[in-house]
Amino acid sequence: MSLLEVSSLTVRFAGLVAVDAVDLAVEAGSIHALIGPNGAGKTTTFNLITGLIPPTSGSIRLDGVDITALPAFRRAGCGMARSFQNIRIFAGLTVLENVLTGLHAGLGSNLLDVVLRLPGFRRQERDAVARARAALEIVGLAGRADDAATALAYGDQRRLEIARAIVARPRLLLLDEPAAGMNPAETEALAALVRRIRDAGTTVLLVEHDMGFVMGIADRVTVLNFGRRIADGAPAAVRRDPAVITAYLGAKVAARLEAAG
Amino acid sequence: MLAQQLINGVLLGSTYALFALGFTLMFGVLKVVNLTYGFYFSAGAFFALHLTKQWGWPIAAALPAAAAASGVLAVVLDWLLLTRLRRINAPELSSLMVTLGAVLALYAGMTTWLGPDIRRLPAGVLGGEALVLGELRITQAQILILLATAVLVGGLLALMRLTPIGLALRAMAEKPDAAGLMGIDTAKLAALVSLVCGALAGAGGVLIGLNFNAIQPYMGEAMMLRGFVVIIIGGLGDVRGALIAGLLLGVVETLTAGYIDSGLKEAVAFIMLVAVLWTRPSGLFGRAHIQRA
Amino acid sequence: MPVWLDDFLWTYQNVVYALGINGLLALSMYVVLAVGQLSLGQAAFMGMGAYSSALLTLKLHLPFAVVLPAATIPPVLFALAIGTPTLRLSGVYLAIATIGLGEVLRAVYLNVDALGGALGISGIPERAGMVSIYGLLIVALAVLWLVARSGIGRAMEAMREDEIAAAVMGVNVRRYRLGALLASAVLAGAAGALSAHVSSFIGPNEYGFEPAVTILSYALLGGISSPFAPVAGAWILTLLPEALRGFADLRLVFNGLIIVVVVLFLPNGLLPLRMRRWVK
Ligand SMILES: Nc1ncnc2c1ncn2[C@@H]1O[C@H](COP(=O)(O)OP(=O)(O)OP(=O)(O)O)[C@@H](O)[C@H]1O
Ligand SMILES: [Mg+2]
Repeated sequence: MSLLEVSSLTVRFAGLVAVDAVDLAVEAGSIHALIGPNGAGKTTTFNLITGLIPPTSGSIRLDGVDITALPAFRRAGCGMARSFQNIRIFAGLTVLENVLTGLHAGLGSNLLDVVLRLPGFRRQERDAVARARAALEIVGLAGRADDAATALAYGDQRRLEIARAIVARPRLLLLDEPAAGMNPAETEALAALVRRIRDAGTTVLLVEHDMGFVMGIADRVTVLNFGRRIADGAPAAVRRDPAVITAYLGAKVAARLEAAG
Repeated sequence: MLAQQLINGVLLGSTYALFALGFTLMFGVLKVVNLTYGFYFSAGAFFALHLTKQWGWPIAAALPAAAAASGVLAVVLDWLLLTRLRRINAPELSSLMVTLGAVLALYAGMTTWLGPDIRRLPAGVLGGEALVLGELRITQAQILILLATAVLVGGLLALMRLTPIGLALRAMAEKPDAAGLMGIDTAKLAALVSLVCGALAGAGGVLIGLNFNAIQPYMGEAMMLRGFVVIIIGGLGDVRGALIAGLLLGVVETLTAGYIDSGLKEAVAFIMLVAVLWTRPSGLFGRAHIQRA
Repeated sequence: MPVWLDDFLWTYQNVVYALGINGLLALSMYVVLAVGQLSLGQAAFMGMGAYSSALLTLKLHLPFAVVLPAATIPPVLFALAIGTPTLRLSGVYLAIATIGLGEVLRAVYLNVDALGGALGISGIPERAGMVSIYGLLIVALAVLWLVARSGIGRAMEAMREDEIAAAVMGVNVRRYRLGALLASAVLAGAAGALSAHVSSFIGPNEYGFEPAVTILSYALLGGISSPFAPVAGAWILTLLPEALRGFADLRLVFNGLIIVVVVLFLPNGLLPLRMRRWVK
């Protein structure tokens, strides 16, 4: 059984069908890429999966459990985490505190504990900090823990988002265009990081426009265009799929490529 | 008796609708809950008081002049208070807080300057005789209110529906991103909307001042409660909703005062507001604005 | 108590009480601002606490130790009735509904005979004092300080900055907001009960729009970087008119302008010191 099973997921915004009966199955332990031209509905699909917008119809199952109606904050507790296409770090917090927010769902934040500060609670807090530091270590930001989050460069802010998302060791990690704005060296390091995250037991679903990155890293690729799924399969097969080539390059170029063999 | 109450209620409600119309339009187009709005209501009444009392103007001339003066005041205050926040794209609560602080300073300053006493328009401004139709009495002030409201609301709707700038306003109110696409200059737009809305509030102040013949610096604050009730029941930013909800509130208030207890009319208005928030938060006629997350 | 302190308190008793009570009111605004919301119901909550405590003392002759907590129940119920529907919506709804609440309650106090009408309620015995006012202020400050430095404080700051991202981190945004509003109602209701029991008189016009905005000016002047900041703001704005008696008329103008200036030019208040959390 797949870790994430999305079936005929649909959302309509005032006339526009942004996601149209999309099926998607993400196998546990895989790196799965969701690609498609601009405006294809990839981010919207992520928003649906993480519960930020309600679907018009369709269902979402995580590990066999129907989570379609669950509010966003509960999905974190179910082992789901994500990063955002337009970076959304907490500007007022330090780098370390940003990562600590990623542990919120797992920490018992009970008013009585906070006021009494019993030893068990303090130990839990210390553990949390240790885990946050470890996550920063993994993404290579250990030295910046006490800096203001906004002091980080753009690429580092992206890695901070990843640290915040993986600190709770989620079962499913969704990354929305993690390589955007990175240079080739950084992109390569990112690929290694994503593989490490997968090897540590987190299934990864990612959206990315950098095809070299996607083809090199993904076990499976799903292609969206105008909200519809137009292809799904192994990277090599998807790359040759005429529907995909048409979607990316337009019908004329696709026909010429076909004619050229 | 009931017919008389209904007439009084509709007349009162039409001033509520007029007042709330500007308030909801300001929110709809500029996306700001502008709490200085109630002050334009007080200001309009005081402008009219001054014009009729000191300068001896007839009310037919004082009403448009006071409305225009209130509109200009609104443009100036909007420019002073909100330009900067619009430029930095500040969160909606920041602009609400700025206008809240400003309106407290304005009311308090006006009270210090003019005194808290209730003032009355000079005798004779209102015209003495009431129109009597069988059991029903309609005062001249009420007739003026009805005419003025009809003209202002009709004029505003015509502006919104028939002129290019009105279409741009509607586009703004319905699709916030459209303004950029249509190349609308937001500074000019803010000035225009402030002018129109400030004038509506000012006219409302004159008309309510006439209706109750009582003018006082804080009158706009009491009116804001009606403004809140109407725009929430009608749906934030919904022009048609504000018209209907304004009439509804006027009738309900008048009937409450007439048949239950006049001290309860504010409480009834507020209960209506809370009931709508619980059951139809986007207003009786509106689309949902609920945020998830 | 040393004699000089006794003399001092005797002379400046009202100011000293006002500092404590306004500090509590500033905290009741702080808790709501700290979750990124704006409530203007603090004065209304205070009024409910004042009126209900006065009635409990005068009509039922209950001891103050019972009256004080009981007086927070009506504000909490109203906070629930207004907060539950509005906190799902954008922040302007709570602000609008709470301003409306203050206006309505003034009309109710004025028109209901059992609440004294325009005359208000007088002859309330002086049951509150230094111990109850400052004891409560210190407890409230200590609890809020512990909360602000903890993971709860972190979550509050996160949702204030980006509620969507905070929800994705697992923060139950709506519950935090409602919890903050209820805490605010408790603090303001208690402040109302305390003030009624030091001033012996309460009236319908003390809990309307002006005090509501004044309470906001306390919190904005100090800022919300820590719970001490809004209390400092309240103290400055309580002492200033005492020092400048000639300008008493312009006190409200000044409070209003403070809000304008702070929001436009000092978005973090006068005390923008960042509080360190327990992160070692
Ligand atoms: N909340 C919304 N309301 C209305 N339309 C929306 C909303 N969110 C997204 N859309 C529209 O849905 C479509 C899909 O958008 P989406 O952001 O999912 O695309 P995407 O595949 O992530 O594109 P990109 O590669 O540019 O990030 C677009 O046409 C977008 O304008
Ligand atoms: Mg996208």
